[in-house]
Formats: sequence, structure tokens, C-alpha cells
Amino acid sequence: WEPVVGLEIHAQISSNSKLFSGSQVQFAAPPNSLVSFFDASLPGTLPVLNRRCVEAAVMTGLALNCSINKKSLFDRKHYFYADLPAGYQITQQRVPIAVNGSLSYSLCVDNKMSQMVTKTVRIKQIQLEQDSGKSLHDDTRSQTLVDLNRAGVGLMEVVMEPDMCCGEEAAAAVRELQLILQTLGSSQAVMAEGQLRVDANVSVHHPGEPYGVRTEVKNINSIRFLAKAVDYEIQRQIEELESGGTILNETRAFDAKLGCTVPMRDKEGKQDYRFMPEPNLPPLILYDAKSLPANMNHQQVVNIDLIHERLPDLPSVKRAKLVERYGILPEHSFTLLNEDGLTEFFENVVKQTQMKPKKVIGWILNDLLSYLKQHSLTVKESPVSSFLLADLLNLLEKKEISSTAAKHVLAELWKGERKTPLEIVKEKKLELIQDQKELEQICQAVIDGQENEVMAIKAGNLKVLNKLIGLVQRETRGRSNPVVVKQLLEKKLSQ
Amino acid sequence: MRALRLGRWLRAGGLPVPVPPARAVLTAPGASPAPVPPRPTWQRGEPRPPPQQKVTVEVLDHLEHLALVDFRDAEGVERLQKAIQFADQLRDVNTDGVEPMDSVLEDRCLYLRDDDVTEGNCTNELLKNAREKVEEYFVAPPGNIPLPKLEERETFLQSS
Repeated sequence: WEPVVGLEIHAQISSNSKLFSGSQVQFAAPPNSLVSFFDASLPGTLPVLNRRCVEAAVMTGLALNCSINKKSLFDRKHYFYADLPAGYQITQQRVPIAVNGSLSYSLCVDNKMSQMVTKTVRIKQIQLEQDSGKSLHDDTRSQTLVDLNRAGVGLMEVVMEPDMCCGEEAAAAVRELQLILQTLGSSQAVMAEGQLRVDANVSVHHPGEPYGVRTEVKNINSIRFLAKAVDYEIQRQIEELESGGTILNETRAFDAKLGCTVPMRDKEGKQDYRFMPEPNLPPLILYDAKSLPANMNHQQVVNIDLIHERLPDLPSVKRAKLVERYGILPEHSFTLLNEDGLTEFFENVVKQTQMKPKKVIGWILNDLLSYLKQHSLTVKESPVSSFLLADLLNLLEKKEISSTAAKHVLAELWKGERKTPLEIVKEKKLELIQDQKELEQICQAVIDGQENEVMAIKAGNLKVLNKLIGLVQRETRGRSNPVVVKQLLEKKLSQ
Repeated sequence: MRALRLGRWLRAGGLPVPVPPARAVLTAPGASPAPVPPRPTWQRGEPRPPPQQKVTVEVLDHLEHLALVDFRDAEGVERLQKAIQFADQLRDVNTDGVEPMDSVLEDRCLYLRDDDVTEGNCTNELLKNAREKVEEYFVAPPGNIPLPKLEERETFLQSS
């Protein structure tokens, strides 16, 4: 069975005001307080296009390698729903603002992050459209409460071709798109706040045969759930077809609690949206350096070339730069970019320590990140600052403490008691023993007490040496440098 | 506002006030302008051939669903038939090689607004339009109540 997954993603544009009106865009405001007469679709109101939304869409189109249509058109998509007061949504169905792009994303081949594969998904188009309001269903009183604060907010709909084949690919593609949007600033793309909404189109077929009937899966609220929903739906369709059933071309909702998809109540049969050109809006014309007319008001011009010049480094470029500059592995760069603020933290530590970045990254990803995850903290909330960690790593670099001792110190630092690493080292007496004679005495004592092991080593079994080193470490309570101990033991044993 | 000011300026002697062009008066002077005639007052020259297909019940039902209209009776359906015939006259025009025009605004500039917050904060005014409200929310029926299927509806189409 070959599953086929396509995605329709709606990203809320990060702007002060809405797409066609001057009311504010804000999450969680008193109901119906951010609504203008146009948003409420009162008669006599007209749409006026927000320049910032156009620029956001062009930026996104350029970042996704799309061709930007210098002339794009607006249309009306009609359907009845309480949260769509006009009875239609203004969108771009015939000629959208950007078409034919691509998005590259990476997947781990196995779950260990040791090998990454790059895949590409084609972007069919990006279009500007209006968001609808919010409906709160009150089933007990058999009514729906409607809040129009979100009605009219600008959305970029990114339509991806069905180039993906499983939940993991879909999740990775969306994650990469999310990072790109956040880097560009065109959308904050926080799924939990509804700024990024994903609908998945899923079908299965046998290789070589035509595509199967597809279903649309909605109500997916996080990237994790996206992977689950897609995989569940693929499985459901396979089971249904294998038991002789058929797949209906329907819309299903993902139930996060049950982990399954269920048919949606309101979508009966195929909708006829009666698309028609939006009569109140002329075509949207974009310019580039060549086509820029001489005497036009700058405020009225959107210059594609200018936007292109001002594009920031995309995530893939940032990762490549990190790998090149610090000599870390590509998988590491992924983890750094994936965690909000982690790259900055890492770079700050590197600046303040003599330890090589390749070693620092281990402390960042293994120790710092796992601690943060265990306690559900973000990098910004870390009780250990980059300054403290750099301080600790310096002590380690200067060989004043062993790495085991460093881990102890870090555990102390997590408590956030505002002690410096040096203070903790002194307090807990974790310094490495620098006195050569003391070390020699301890080594000699261990050798004297382990006759069998000594004989085994002299007979050629060198692995037993590690046991002796371990005993010395225990004796010194972790305050000996294993490399030095090994040298001393070897010297003594060869005498 | 601008038009009023212009008028005032003109009357103040800025320029001679333009005289509105003479209009043909169809009714007696003093009477209100002619109302919309109750029946078409002219028809196209040659009688058109009858349309190939009559509008089917399925199509009518589909239209009733989509646009939430009710064709009521035979006259309503006949009016629809005539409207389709009327619109079909457009097919007589040869449009080969001509770009479709979808808006008379097509050569106008689309005005781009700055991204400033200039509207909103009129919850009370908006809610004045609502028949029912709950704590500043509009109240609507639960979801879309689907129009019953043709068999279950009591409309003219049922009996046609």
C-alpha cells in the first residue's frame, strides 16, 4: 500500500490590523471588541487591502522558492456559516499571489538522530484570504455563540502537493515551514493559538494503480497530533479497503483524546462554493526593479526585488552556518534551531569559554537540554545561565575538576541558589587532586590491595586496568584525573 | 463634503455654474419619474429557438439548497427559465481571443492601506443589531441545520 498525504496550511499573518479593515489583530480579547463594520459585513462597507499582508505573502513566497504572480486576483468563495457574516470569504482562487515553489525538510532515518535525509515537497500555491470568526458550540442550550474578533484577519494559505507519504514526513515539513515563517516574521505560526492550522488530505493506493479516494482530516492542534492523525487515517483506510469496504470522500475530524478520526457532522456532500471575482477589488499588481514605474508613490508600491534583498537567513542557511562555524554535526544544528533560544545560549557559552564548541555542544544538548525537558522549562526559563555554564566549563577545561565532578556541580547549579561553580567546587571539595605524591600513594595502595588484577594486567589483560582506575576514582571520591591515574598506574605496574 | 464645498465655491462666483443637461420627461411635469414597468415592454427581434434542456427538478433542488431560495410555484420556475434564456443571449457574441473582463475596475490601482489600527472597539454598537446575545457574543443556531431532502420538504417542487 502506498499512502499519499497532501497538506493545506493556513498561517495567520502577523500584522497589526486585518487584511481588509483597520480593526486590530490580537489573540484573546473581549468578544466582538476587535470588529469593524466591514468585519461584521454591515451594508455599505468595502474591503481595503493591507499592504503589510501583501508583503508577508511575498516574503513567504520567495522563501519557498515560488514564482510571484505580478498580477493576482481576488475572488469570493460562498458558503453559509454563522461565523462568516458576509456569506462569502474573499480569497484568491483563480490567480493567487505565488505559485510553484518547494519546501525542503529533513527526517531522521532512525529514531536516533544519527542520520538525516533531506526531502522536498512541492508548494502548489500561496494565496491571501480572510479568516472567519470563531464559533463556540453550546450544545446544552442548542445554540452557537459567535465572536467575530478573528473575522477578517489575514491568512496565507499554503497548498502543498501530495508528495508526502506518512505522518512523520508531514510533521517534519510543517515544522520546517513553521521555523521559516517565524524567521521571516510573516507569521508567528504558534499552533496552540490557532496561528497555524493544518488540514491533511489522505488517501492510499497500490503502487502503479491510480490514486485512491481521499479524505480530509481537520481539527489537528499540534505537530505531534498531525503525525498521529495522518498515521491513524492511513491505517484506517488500509483496514477498510482490505476488509472489502470503500472510502468515502468526506471530511473527518481528529479526536485527540481517542487518537482517531471521526466523520464531521456539518460537511454533507460536496460543497458548491460558487466562486466569482471579487467585484470591489481591482487586480493586485506587484512590481520589481525593472517594472517599477517612475512616478509612483512609494507607499503604494510593493517591490518584489526589495523584499527579496531584505529576506533574513532561512533556517537551512542558519544551520549550515552553525555547522561550518563551530564544527558541530548537522543533527546538532537541527536540535539547536528547534528549541527557541538554544542557538543563542550555545553561542553565548562558546564566546565565554575556552572549551571547543564541539565539546560544548555535548554539554548543551545532553545535560542542559535534557534537564530543561525533564522540568518542562524553556531555554529562557533556565536556572543556569550561559554565563554560569561557561564558568563551569572553564574549570573543566583548566583541569581543575574532572568531568564527573562537573556533572555534580551542574546538578547543584540547577537548584538556582546563585552560587558560582567555583564556590560549589570548594564547598563540596570537588577539586582534582593536584598533589602528585598523594596520587601516587593512593595508586600504590590500590595496586597493593588488588593482587589478582595486577597479575592479570602483567599477563597482558589490559582491560583490567580500568577497574584499578575505577578504584582509585572511588578512593579519591572522583577527584582524580583518570588520564593521570592511568599513566601513574601503568608506570608503577611496569616497574 | 468636497462636492458641497465645490458647489459653494462655484455659487460664490468662482466659475459659472454648469447647467445640468435637459432630460427627457416621460410623464406629466410634477409627477414622479416613471416606475419600473410590471411586464417587459419589448422583446428581442427574432424569436429564439426553445432552449435545449428544461431546468430539471434536481437542478432546482440544488439551487434551492445553495441559495436558500424557494421557487414557490410554476410561475417562479417559468421566470427562472426566462432568465436563463435572457442570459443565453450572451452566447451570440463572438468572444474568441478576447480576455474575459471580470471587473470594471481592472485598470484601476488597488489602493494599499498602511498597517495601522484605525477601527474596532464598537462592541455595543454592533450588538445592537443582534436579536439575541449572550455576554457580548452573537447567538446563532447550532451549526448548519441542513435543508431537508426534497422528499421531505413541502415545496412546490415536490408536486412537480
